[in-house]
Amino acid sequence: MTPLSAYLLVAALLFAVGLAGALTRRNAVLVLIGIEMMLNAANLNLIAFWRFGAHPEQLTGFLFAIFSIAVAAAEAAVGLALVIALWRHTRSVNLDEQTRMKG
Amino acid sequence: MTLDLLHLMPTDLFRILPEVVLTITGVLIMLVDASLPPHVDRRNLGWLAALGTVFALLASQAQLALLQLAERTGFYGTVETSTFSIFFHVLICGIVLVTLLIALDTLPENGHHKGEFFALITFGAVGMCLLTSAVELLVVFIALEISSIATYVLAGYRKENGRGPEAAIKYFLLGSFATGFFLYGIAMVFGATGSTVISEIATRVHTGGHPGLILLALGLMLVGILFKVSAAPFHIWTPDVYEGAPSPVVALMSTAPKAAAFALLIRILYGAFPALQPIWTPLLWLVAVLSMTVGNLAALRQHNVKRMLAYSSIAHAGYLIAAFAGAGNTGITAACFYTAAYASMNVGAFAVVTLISGYEDELPLIKDFRGVLYRTPVLGGALIFFLISLIGIPFTGGFFGKFFSFTTAMGGGAVWLVLIGLLNSGLAAAYYLRLIVSIAQKPEGESPVPPVAQPIGVAVSAALMLAIAATLVLGIAPGEVLKNAAEGAYELMPHSMQMVNSLVFF
Repeated sequence: MTPLSAYLLVAALLFAVGLAGALTRRNAVLVLIGIEMMLNAANLNLIAFWRFGAHPEQLTGFLFAIFSIAVAAAEAAVGLALVIALWRHTRSVNLDEQTRMKG
Repeated sequence: MTLDLLHLMPTDLFRILPEVVLTITGVLIMLVDASLPPHVDRRNLGWLAALGTVFALLASQAQLALLQLAERTGFYGTVETSTFSIFFHVLICGIVLVTLLIALDTLPENGHHKGEFFALITFGAVGMCLLTSAVELLVVFIALEISSIATYVLAGYRKENGRGPEAAIKYFLLGSFATGFFLYGIAMVFGATGSTVISEIATRVHTGGHPGLILLALGLMLVGILFKVSAAPFHIWTPDVYEGAPSPVVALMSTAPKAAAFALLIRILYGAFPALQPIWTPLLWLVAVLSMTVGNLAALRQHNVKRMLAYSSIAHAGYLIAAFAGAGNTGITAACFYTAAYASMNVGAFAVVTLISGYEDELPLIKDFRGVLYRTPVLGGALIFFLISLIGIPFTGGFFGKFFSFTTAMGGGAVWLVLIGLLNSGLAAAYYLRLIVSIAQKPEGESPVPPVAQPIGVAVSAALMLAIAATLVLGIAPGEVLKNAAEGAYELMPHSMQMVNSLVFF
């Protein structure tokens, strides 16, 4: 059976990739994808810790992951709506070009 | 009115009654909004929302009856009713009520999606209220997201103005980014302790376990929460979002979600990780100093009133966090009191700014505020009053907030922190005074006339009066609120009650 540390490593990598994407990308949609990857890395951790934990019959981590997926979906819906609203004004979703406010 | 709610409904339901009332109000608003013909003005839905919020406030007060029970938690130990949660429920419902009253008179007539605006505010309030009574991390996470998602949308409510969507997308992306850290932290703490219940986490952290994982978890969760309270170095979003969001929304989002997030911060630090206090105290010390200094220095350079107040709110987060350097539950007491004081003066300041600058921010600059005191003495006077409170001059809530925060920090031995805080208060006075001077200057012949809706509406006058009354009461007779805060703190940390008594000498 795959050890717990392998799952944690994959999750950490996924988080790092998501973090790098969110920080370096300039396209709002790609930043959103990076953030979703960070959330999913956390979900993977929750599932792994739950499965390998002392009380897998309690379903804590499992339920947490399900709820967090639902929340992430709601967040993505709002995020994409905001991206569309942004597009309507600037015809661009490049975050570097959003500089109406400064100071 | 003594309605025996305790025996009228299941106890579990009673524990989330304010949230239930707010949810029903929100759903009702959306249903009515959808069934009204398009041309009908939705303004009355705002009154419905305000009514629902008043009922939620009364329900929170009625929850005091629950404290007679031996059992403190409901729904399988996920939601707790205590003086602490009721304190924040009342505070948040109060802020939401004032915000709704401001919005009622300042939202443009026949503006579209007005119903959604009121519904979103009530839904956001559900999340904020739930956040202060949640004692299990799944509920904490869901409550945090309910409140965040509602505020993301509200921040971009002025869609026609390009700044709205820009502010909203900045808030959204950075907010979800912080949520990612917070969730990862939760996963780590679950892995290290095998539990998501805050009290169980505390016992397992205390008995040892995986110290590395726990420290990582604490750090990640702190990033998530400090972002929500806009403490430096996680404050980057604040000025842009405050400038781009409509002022009534800023009145809400600069106070209510922050109050809820501070309640969460207190719960996480003192509830889940009291054993790590030697580690997180210096961390917060640093955050407090950074927030005060960065906030005040940046505010000095601002010409836009809302941006200036945004940086000032970062500084105020710093003053509040300074209270955490205080020992035991005195720190919690001072932090709770500061939250209330800050909320009452800031919500009031943004109410006046909404009226003077206008809903579309036609007059956003400090120099545009010139002569307001002569054109509309009431508004000018009210704004000067709130700014004086933000400076921290006696007989206002801001003074006692700072006073308690700094005295507890002093009691905790953080002398340098207090010194830096006092220096910062002096620095802050400079930019508040700049705005006060501008308001009190004689208007020039050619200076623009503030587009104040004359006469000022009933709802927004009520909002202003509530905010002024709250700021005055907290500044003249802080005893009652402080006592409630201390009781809440005592319930969180039963030991060291005598220290609280030493603080409550009013």
